[in-house]
Amino acid sequence: MLDWLTEYKLPVGDVAEAVFDWLQANGGWFFDGLALAMEWLIDWILFLFQAPHPFIVVAILTAATWALHRNWQVPALVAAGFLFVLNQGYWEETSESLTLVLSACVVCMGVGVPIGIAAAHRPALYRWLRPVLDLMQTLPTFVYLIPAIVFFGIGMVPGLIATVIFVVPAPIRLTHLGISSTPTSLIEAADAFGATPSQKLWKVELPSALPQIMAGLNQTIMLSLSMVVIAALVGADGLGVPVVRALNRVDTGLGFEAGLIIVVVAILLDRALRIDK
Amino acid sequence: MSAVTFDNVSIMFGDAPEKALPLADQGQSRAEIQQATDQVLGVHDASLEVEEGETLVLMGLSGSGKSTLLRAVNGLNPVVRGRVLVKDGEEQVDVTACSATRLRKLRQNRVAMVFQQFGLLPWRTVSENVGFGLELAGAEDRRERVARQLNLVGLDGWGERKVGELSGGMQQRVGLARAFATDAPILLMDEPFSALDPLIRTRLQDELIQLQDELKRTIIFVSHDLDEAFKIGARIAIMEGGRIVQCGTPREIFSNPASDYVADFVANMNPLGVLTARDVLEPGEGERSIAAETPIREVMPLLREGPLSVMEGDHHLGRVTAQSVVERLSA
Repeated sequence: MLDWLTEYKLPVGDVAEAVFDWLQANGGWFFDGLALAMEWLIDWILFLFQAPHPFIVVAILTAATWALHRNWQVPALVAAGFLFVLNQGYWEETSESLTLVLSACVVCMGVGVPIGIAAAHRPALYRWLRPVLDLMQTLPTFVYLIPAIVFFGIGMVPGLIATVIFVVPAPIRLTHLGISSTPTSLIEAADAFGATPSQKLWKVELPSALPQIMAGLNQTIMLSLSMVVIAALVGADGLGVPVVRALNRVDTGLGFEAGLIIVVVAILLDRALRIDK
Repeated sequence: MSAVTFDNVSIMFGDAPEKALPLADQGQSRAEIQQATDQVLGVHDASLEVEEGETLVLMGLSGSGKSTLLRAVNGLNPVVRGRVLVKDGEEQVDVTACSATRLRKLRQNRVAMVFQQFGLLPWRTVSENVGFGLELAGAEDRRERVARQLNLVGLDGWGERKVGELSGGMQQRVGLARAFATDAPILLMDEPFSALDPLIRTRLQDELIQLQDELKRTIIFVSHDLDEAFKIGARIAIMEGGRIVQCGTPREIFSNPASDYVADFVANMNPLGVLTARDVLEPGEGERSIAAETPIREVMPLLREGPLSVMEGDHHLGRVTAQSVVERLSA
């Protein structure tokens, strides 16, 4: 009865494959360059985490937390959390995951904030952008892991790419929200005193949007951390690796151990970066 | 040369103002024009000259187009037809036709503005807000000029506070200081005191009048309150539905309202703010003499000691008695 409908199947899968084949054939130099830049970024951040003695890194992170909060509770929590990680023997994996999160932050904020600003200034652009952002956030992550492997092989880079695709809509949306909700009265005041467009952006719009942009940063970190297990599937190092290994071996103990470490790191990052006024 | 000249200024909100202008020229009202063309009439054919050092008040109900006309002076509202000339040194610049760079220079150096809702940057301190205009213009001696302005508006010692910590009245002093700081000879004030409670409002009005005596800027002041307009303005332009219906000194408007609309305004105001000895005359002689322009507020306490002769120079005009004042006020 449904023959007329199923007789001709719309070639969704074929089209996607053709597009990716074409991209691979013609955009190779672009993806290679991208992969090189990402690898460079990851290596540097990983070096910063792994070259010094773990105690030194923990001390620096604790001190940075204190500088942000100016109280003793949160830095104490951060120190205790990392000491627990060391105690469980997951420092290497944790530093790798932190590297992935930090790289994702750099890329997502570096790309997301300018796009968010541009979208806030050009409503037409945002109308085009919105369905794309929706797609990036709703398309199951596994689906774009496949082309990520095709373009970037196995390792940290495809993990980072997959993370960025999933996460970057958050800072874009929040930056857009922040910039476009700058009170009209402030924009007018800036105009009335003769601000150039760039003065208006730097002196009025960005400071006014700062709370939302910081919320975007927080979201970026949390969402990136939620991607560490999936990134492990394409060969990214980090806390996702023992989780995947535990899943394969049906090893309950290992799974909970690694899972708990992820939770601890998530709580630390969230508390350390949540600055309530 | 006038400081600001409005030359047949029409402002229309909508995407096709050219359709609506002919209707406005035929004298149709804002509602009729909106019905016919979907365009909203902001201001129609307003012509006005504001002299240097003068305080002119644009006055009318909300929706009368007074703020719209004010905002044409610094180009915040685009003018559909006509010209707005602003004096810049020895020449007059047409704000509606000049380049963006020129307009920016005018806004930085020639025309400053004070807003009803203050328009202060809440994440900045009082000093940083006062210096905002100077900062945009890239002024070198910002610190001294800001300190001078803070002193002028009575905010010494508040410079390092965040503006959010200040009361509404003090925030508007910051707004005034920011506008004074750029040394712009022309000040636009868009209902600057309307959001304040009455006591603070009266005090800031008095302070503005005092400051203006020293600074001698050209001020265009928007108000919906005739008492405020009469107190502050040397001349008042009354607007209704986007058109200027009467322009004159407070006395002229008070004694000779041009329409029922203006008469309604005048009927609701406090006459003690405008009347002078000249307005309450009766024939006869008094014991002591006073000048014809003495405000009636000052005349009344003197009446306890009997009638007063009113003089214009050496010329005797008549006298004021308690009875003549009561009669004028109840008329």
